[in-house]
Amino acid sequence: MSASSTEEHGHEHPKHELSHHAKRIYAIRDLLVEKGVLTEKDIQSQIDYQEARSPANGAKLVARAWVDPAFKERLIADPKAACAEMGIDAAAINEFVVLENTEKVRHMVVCTLCSCYPRPILGRPPDWYKSFNYRQRAVIDPRGIMREFGLNLSEDIEVRVHDSTADIRYLVLPLRPKGTEGQSESDLAKLITRDSMIGVMDALPAIPR
Amino acid sequence: MGRAVSEGAGRFKPGDRVTVRFEDRPGHIRTPWYIRGKTGWVERVYGRFLNPESLAFGGDGLPKKTLYLVAFNHGDVWKNCQGSKDKVLVDIYEHWLDSAA
Repeated sequence: MSASSTEEHGHEHPKHELSHHAKRIYAIRDLLVEKGVLTEKDIQSQIDYQEARSPANGAKLVARAWVDPAFKERLIADPKAACAEMGIDAAAINEFVVLENTEKVRHMVVCTLCSCYPRPILGRPPDWYKSFNYRQRAVIDPRGIMREFGLNLSEDIEVRVHDSTADIRYLVLPLRPKGTEGQSESDLAKLITRDSMIGVMDALPAIPR
Repeated sequence: MGRAVSEGAGRFKPGDRVTVRFEDRPGHIRTPWYIRGKTGWVERVYGRFLNPESLAFGGDGLPKKTLYLVAFNHGDVWKNCQGSKDKVLVDIYEHWLDSAA
């Protein structure tokens, strides 16, 4: 990729040495634009769309479910409809399933085959979620992973690891922490971390008042 | 849990014991290796979806395949973990399952 290519097609390529895969993807991008399949604007607006989605969407859903039992029922019965109700666009998900944690059951989500993840709800997956280490260990030693995230579960709690290998995307509905009675939805949302919605940890403990 | 898609759409119903086929063939297979040959039970019927093994190679994904949530005892998947009540749950298409009744 020469510097003059900037003038030719309006965007800059990274100056450092690119990996084989990066070179290939830039070449494909250039070809798609050259052949008029996509425009630079399409690509940029897709990047903006990807970046705009974040775990804040999931936290909004969970906080509402914590304060409104009827909403929680709807979120579990028909997650995509509940997202639409909250103004969250989950249309990109084929099927969306919400897994409710209880005092007796904890859920954890992995994709051992690749990195399937509820992106419209949680944004881009963290690097560790895509790592071979997590993908191998999640189905073998989920309790060990939870311990690394600070969650020590007693043996009488059942751990259910979901390997999302196909068309279903999963969101964990974490337990509402004790001592948060009467807190506002927006304060509760601060306790709901991305990792608690993947299920490797619980929601953060209540902030003492 | 989750949206009830279309119960009763396929060959198996919730509670049925099933064994995952131990097949080795190339392609965009969505059945992980570690679960092939293992026996569990149908937890949910998710309904019918376009077949990813066809979609991935430019096919039309038809006929659709019934997708199941299949549960396995952790101890049945990993032999050194007997006695735990933990479960591994995997989404598996019908053509990868045999009845284990």
